[in-house]
Amino acid sequence: MKRLLRGGRVVDPVAGLDGVYDVFIDGDHVEQVGRDLPASLADGGHVIDIPAGLVLVPGLIDMHVHLREPGQEHKETVATGTLSAVAGGFTAVACMPNTSPVNDNAGVTELILRRAAEAGLARVYPIGAVSRGQKGEQLADIAELRAAGCVAITDDGHPVATALLARRALEYAGMFDMPLIEHCEDPSLKGDGCAHEGPRASELGLRGIPGAAEAITAARDILLAEMTGGRVHIAHMSAWTTLEAVRQGKSRGVNVTCEVAPHHFTLTDDALAEPVAYDTNTKMNPPLREARDRDAMLAGIADGSVDVIATDHAPHHYDEKNVEYDRAPFGIVGLETAVPLAFDRLVHTGLITLSRLVELMSVNPARILRVAGGSLAAGAAADVTILAPDLRVTIDRATLRSRSKNTPFHGWTLRGGVAATIVGGRVVYTNPDASLDLR
Amino acid sequence: MDAVQHDTPPLTTLRHKDLLGIADLSPEEIVLILDTAEAMKEVGQRAIKKVPALRGRTVVNLFFEPSTRTRTSFEIAEKRLSADTLNVAIGTSSVVKGETLVDTAMTIEAMAPSMIVLRHSSSGACHLLSRICRAGIINAGDGMHEHPTQALLDAFTIRERKGRIAGLKVAIVGDLLHSRVLRSNLLLLTRLGAEVWVCGPATLIPPGLDRLGVHVTSVVDRAVQAADVIMMLRIQLERMEGGFFPSLREYFTTFGMTEARVARAKPDVIIMHPGPMNRGVEIASEVADGPFSVILDQVANGVAVRMAVLYLLAGGSEHEAVA
Repeated sequence: MKRLLRGGRVVDPVAGLDGVYDVFIDGDHVEQVGRDLPASLADGGHVIDIPAGLVLVPGLIDMHVHLREPGQEHKETVATGTLSAVAGGFTAVACMPNTSPVNDNAGVTELILRRAAEAGLARVYPIGAVSRGQKGEQLADIAELRAAGCVAITDDGHPVATALLARRALEYAGMFDMPLIEHCEDPSLKGDGCAHEGPRASELGLRGIPGAAEAITAARDILLAEMTGGRVHIAHMSAWTTLEAVRQGKSRGVNVTCEVAPHHFTLTDDALAEPVAYDTNTKMNPPLREARDRDAMLAGIADGSVDVIATDHAPHHYDEKNVEYDRAPFGIVGLETAVPLAFDRLVHTGLITLSRLVELMSVNPARILRVAGGSLAAGAAADVTILAPDLRVTIDRATLRSRSKNTPFHGWTLRGGVAATIVGGRVVYTNPDASLDLR
Repeated sequence: MDAVQHDTPPLTTLRHKDLLGIADLSPEEIVLILDTAEAMKEVGQRAIKKVPALRGRTVVNLFFEPSTRTRTSFEIAEKRLSADTLNVAIGTSSVVKGETLVDTAMTIEAMAPSMIVLRHSSSGACHLLSRICRAGIINAGDGMHEHPTQALLDAFTIRERKGRIAGLKVAIVGDLLHSRVLRSNLLLLTRLGAEVWVCGPATLIPPGLDRLGVHVTSVVDRAVQAADVIMMLRIQLERMEGGFFPSLREYFTTFGMTEARVARAKPDVIIMHPGPMNRGVEIASEVADGPFSVILDQVANGVAVRMAVLYLLAGGSEHEAVA
């Protein structure tokens, strides 16, 4: 299938493009990006005029997603999760290994990849466990995971248990140029906390998780990355002190990168009290923190200290969330709210340019995971997200494609959304609210 | 009377479905409850301690945590108001079979009680129920969050003894981190204009307390200096395992309320404790049983205050309370 997408704004920071271009897709790859390409190129295919106001960008990549399969299919499956992904504008997701059984062996990796191929929606990059069973004792078979298709390792859900194991993981994964993705959390400081330790948790009578619990582990792993030369990626950063540790590491030349989730640059722990007190959809790990932390995340996104926006999409069943706050599981869904939140809170506020957003959500995830994507240059896979920057989007949990509906953003109206998602030249999602007919 | 200025006619009814916490009450509403409790206290002094105010109404006492005094106090209050009361005890309920709080509440709700009095170990459990139940929810203690009727009975006791709350120096000493009694008392006492000092080991002081308009110290002598009221908070012995302080002995020598410490307070100081007490840990027996102690008054007043809360939430007004 040939498709000539004409006259849209194309933002591709890797190719240095930000302007009106035509994108010619031949089969599964981008054949050419240029001005005023002849319609005859698409002979036998489609010529599509992109309506004014829409923007073509390299396919967005969410490098922190819980697809829950195998083992927790009541929350999400690879099929429903990737449907949610493409509806959110993501052409690829990297999925966390804390499934049941844990993705610590090639068999689980292969299952996930097979399910992804069956679904035929977003690309799926499995992330393997650091330790067998994520128990924090013995390294998983990382070379085997790599060979099966894993792109990184993590014990996400938990930190790598000890400094020694983190050191070994950095050294060992370094052989394959795989990053260690770290869920930073000192378990003793976290305790049985379920909210950010601060005045709000004090008022609500919730046990606290201090920001230092995150920053201490981040600092540990940055030092270990420096020592070993390995690559560490700090997942779902939430505390200003963690950002400071990352900045210091980067200034010393350490191979450290970091990500921030949309809820951590949007919300503070005030959301635990209002509009619905003790709403379990405000419970995630790391927790929503104070304004100082949230503002630091925004500053880090603006000044380049933050490399990636990743959702930490963590679906949980309604029943699991419909309980007492301290008994509810941590996590919210994020795939379908990330683009509207990023537009509304980052781009339309003037904090960052659209080009920078593409770096945060496409270029840098591809670079860190060493996967294809991040550019629409000739020969690249035809993974394209068509954004609708001025589309009014009202988040409605009832219409989420994810199997789970646990979002604190229900009812929010935001400016900016997704018009369509193209993966490998195939149109896998079109938004009926955006005036775009891709056929 | 407390120094609440009425620009509008005084409140006579409480326009709430629930009592989830002191946080939801205005100073005027707090005073209304305390005034109503005075009338209820008079009922408790009659030979026949019963009024028909809640006749035909069902009140369920749903207690997920062990409690003797609070549950007993609520039950007596309900009976004195002629309500039909039902105690759901955790050990015999479906919860041991794995039923969720929401399902338990919905089951009880289906039998159309007027009110549910809830005690639960999770902060916010009452908020969860208030969203799904038509019945009024009365918080009888939720996790580390609030215990509003305790704060109301404390305020009633202070007002009874001191004639006012505004301007009094109140020292609250003990485990500030885990105490729902503390949170409710801070909100109530600051709303009514008291000068509140809180004191405990630094390991048991939650962050942000100073932003609530109270003085925070770990020096017990500073807290009790010239105090009108000393309120002790229970040290839960299981907290020892959290390593919050080295030993009960050291806790007592550093923070325990002794006669020597009480001597720094005003000569007419009153000593309060929400119970149950750990004698020789947070409070010396000579103080607990001494001339300044109003601990048993608190228990007695608890019934009157809970009658007032039940009555007002059920839609009663102050003036017809005991007619």
